[in-house]
Amino acid sequence: MTRRQLWLRFIAHLDRPLLLGISLLLATSLLVLYSADNASMDRPLAQMRNIVVAMTCMWLVANLPLHYLMRTAVPIYVLGMVLLVGVALFGEISHGARRWLNLGVANLQPSELMKIGVPLMMAWYFEKHEATLTLKNYFIAALLLLMPIALIARQPDLGTSLLILASGFYVLFLAGLSWRVMGVLLVAAIASAPVMWPMLHEYQRHRIKMLFDPSQDALGNGYHTIQATIAVGSGGILGKGYLNGTQTHLDFLPERTTDFIFAVYSEEFGLLGSLILLALYSFVIWRGFAITGNASTYFTRLMAGSITLTFATYTFVNMGMVSGILPVVGVPLPLISYGGTSMLTLLLGFGMLMSIETHKKLVRS
Amino acid sequence: MKKHVEFKNHQREIFHFQLRLVVSIGFVLVLLAILLVRFIYLQAARHNYYQTLAESNRISIVPIVPNRGLILDRNGVVLARNYSGYTLEINQSKTSDTEAVINDLSSLIEITPKDRKRFKKLLAESRSFETLMIRSRLSDEEVARFAAQQYRFPGIEIKARLFRDYPSGEKTSHLIGYIGRINETDAAQLEENNLAANYRGSDYIGKTGLEQSYENELHGTTGIEQVEVDAGGRAVRLLSHTAPVPGNTLVLSIDARLQEIAEQSFGNYRGALVAIDPNNGQVLAFVSKPGYDPNPFIDGIDSQSWDELNNSPDVPLNNRALRGQYPPGSTIKPFMALAGLNFNIRKPEQTINDPGVFYLPGSSRQYRDWKAGGHGSVNMFKAIQMSCDTYFYGLATELGIDNISNYLSRFGFGNKTGIDMEGETSGLLPSQEWKAKRYQQIWYPGDTVSVGIGQGYSLVTPLQLAFATATLANDGIAYKPHLVKEVRSSLGAEKRLIASEPVYDLNIDPAHLELVRSAMVAVTQPGGTAVYASLGAPYHIAGKTGTAQVIAMKQGEKYDEKAVDERHRDHAWFIAFAPAEKPRIALAVLAENGGHGSSTAAPIARKVLDYYLLGKVPKPLPDVKEKEGIEHD
Repeated sequence: MTRRQLWLRFIAHLDRPLLLGISLLLATSLLVLYSADNASMDRPLAQMRNIVVAMTCMWLVANLPLHYLMRTAVPIYVLGMVLLVGVALFGEISHGARRWLNLGVANLQPSELMKIGVPLMMAWYFEKHEATLTLKNYFIAALLLLMPIALIARQPDLGTSLLILASGFYVLFLAGLSWRVMGVLLVAAIASAPVMWPMLHEYQRHRIKMLFDPSQDALGNGYHTIQATIAVGSGGILGKGYLNGTQTHLDFLPERTTDFIFAVYSEEFGLLGSLILLALYSFVIWRGFAITGNASTYFTRLMAGSITLTFATYTFVNMGMVSGILPVVGVPLPLISYGGTSMLTLLLGFGMLMSIETHKKLVRS
Repeated sequence: MKKHVEFKNHQREIFHFQLRLVVSIGFVLVLLAILLVRFIYLQAARHNYYQTLAESNRISIVPIVPNRGLILDRNGVVLARNYSGYTLEINQSKTSDTEAVINDLSSLIEITPKDRKRFKKLLAESRSFETLMIRSRLSDEEVARFAAQQYRFPGIEIKARLFRDYPSGEKTSHLIGYIGRINETDAAQLEENNLAANYRGSDYIGKTGLEQSYENELHGTTGIEQVEVDAGGRAVRLLSHTAPVPGNTLVLSIDARLQEIAEQSFGNYRGALVAIDPNNGQVLAFVSKPGYDPNPFIDGIDSQSWDELNNSPDVPLNNRALRGQYPPGSTIKPFMALAGLNFNIRKPEQTINDPGVFYLPGSSRQYRDWKAGGHGSVNMFKAIQMSCDTYFYGLATELGIDNISNYLSRFGFGNKTGIDMEGETSGLLPSQEWKAKRYQQIWYPGDTVSVGIGQGYSLVTPLQLAFATATLANDGIAYKPHLVKEVRSSLGAEKRLIASEPVYDLNIDPAHLELVRSAMVAVTQPGGTAVYASLGAPYHIAGKTGTAQVIAMKQGEKYDEKAVDERHRDHAWFIAFAPAEKPRIALAVLAENGGHGSSTAAPIARKVLDYYLLGKVPKPLPDVKEKEGIEHD
């Protein structure tokens, strides 16, 4: 085998447009992290390590044929549920929430696993009952969704549980849940809001209240939102220039390598930069939808659609949070925020998309 | 068939899915559009607003408080200074339960109940974002002890600050005054005078005395540092720096040693002394007894100590020299004599007979001389020397109140002297208009009789009387009295002298001056009312005793010192200048409830003169027993 043939086989299952979009976003991540960490290489290098690990996993998943992918659904879901119960019983408390499971070698956050595990399980379930779908099947799928969400919401982790709820809902939606049922659910959700309110934790209620008026608590919880909005707004059309963001470098921005990294980017690169970034995300999302449209099986269509929509949702929620139109719920900016777990989860998802795109020819042929 | 159904199902399913996909894409487009609009709103439409917010986040203007100017006496003795020390301060915005924190702190650093009371008062008066002092003057050991535990006390910090200190304490309290924390009234005043900017960062302002009247000189110009700060408020980078200009140094005309001797000479008497250099109006001593320690006022005196001072029957907070108003008594007689000569009512050699009592024409009301049986045949010289009341009853009656009032006002009676200290009172020089206005009554001839010997409605301050005496000593050329001799800039050697030009010349006939001044010298010579005052003095003292009545005597009643309560005894006056031939110092002494000028006020004056003219430091002298008869006023 020549070197070229080896290379072609190596990249055979990587979707090039998707890889291009992802790579540009990851490059942006390293660039912004360098600035966000006050011109230190610590974070960019650590992020580089995260990227290498996650890219390897993505490559592996992309090369995994679809029937293998489907087979992992039940084990991953069951493992996820066991771990979630484990967290509820023995988890470590940090920042007032029980999210982590100490496995001796590493701390594991099982809710991250479920971001993939839940839609995977639901898509698998719908594929199994594809021929004879009734309302009962939708009900069971919804149950598969709500069980882990109940456990995650209890931790409490409102942001993650809402996002998993969204990704699961996308599966239900794409699987053809009738508009009428969705209408009823929507009405029920609105009606249950007054009931849910007292069940929320104080800090969650506070965050929601802050959404409507962050200035009420300028030194407390509203501080994050206000400072981030100032950073974005003061960036102007062209931005303050790379490494010149005053909000960033004078420590006014909180969580600036993780959840609020978009404020750093936006302050230094301005509206122009924001639009470029938005275009990059749109490109990745567009590619995701294209793969979804081309997907050959029911399972892959549901999976690809859910992954793409979830990615779009993360992007919207994070940017909305940083620019002050959504409450602070602790969602990282996909592919750009610093963090190994979310990077891994996202690239696993993209690996699946690539697998779906590149293996369908094999299925057809 | 089965295959067909499946195919159909498949087709329908694909169609349904693609419909859902289109809806999804639409949903995502809406989300992206929302972000797009938001970014344009923040970064284009509202950019200026957020730009300003970011700048004000970033740049902090830090005022640098200038060092307050020093106050020195004429010989360089320090009367007000600054020293650096450590204070324990609390940042209110970072501390919710100050009470609990202070309780906690008291296990580390001694916090007395007085400190707590003062802090409570500060807290009540403060603006909410200020840092407030809990304790001042921490020892090095206390600083070290706190530093080790500082992490336990967020919002509490130790600061190095400059403190004001008045080393001579009580002795110069009424002269120097004190500074205190800027309260709301002060802040409003500063705002009104457009001085608020220069007081950013300043905690203190002059409240009384020279600290108040020379506030503008002493404060200095506040410096400004523009610093870039991070979110924790820590300075990251200095952007610009304008150094503060320290306050100017005041050099007083006061001689601190003379002031001290005058102060001590009062013994237990309350009263006031003002000594002026008649040649230029420089005030040499400015005493009001009792004084108070001004130091506790700087950081807010606790209410208990304040009540003690404020409710004391001795009224130590009253500046008697500046604000105390007393009838001048017989000290007015030299000035009355000059008025008589000026209006040609009396010739110097003209004599009257004093039977010991005076009647207004057609009245049976008795105006008695202090000496039963009278002084017999009396001319002007003798009238002053022996302080003959009857002579001046007649003189005043013939002058009439209008002439008296006009003439005495030229010596400054009834007007503020214009000394460089705030809060001066103007005394009272009665006139027909004044009485009509004040009492809606006409002026009676009897009123004029009392004015003739400095009683009745007449009131003067010790400062006024000293000023009038200095004018008399300086041949009728008046210099406005001033306490500050020069203002020195603390940086360069720039000096500014405080004006010494004469305010006006009374144009008194030298012959008239000569007569009155020689009569005043005779006062302190054998045969005068204050012979003791110049006993053994190698220079001549021109003087005049006086007594200010505290309680009115009924017609026919005789004043008996032994019978009246001490606080109802007469106030004793003595005015003097010396050397009589070429006066270098003029003064007025008031001893409250001192009885007779000759026995209490004159000895105080003598000690001051001896020190100023001879450099003689008085030995503690035995209390003078008054000599009956001769030294009676």
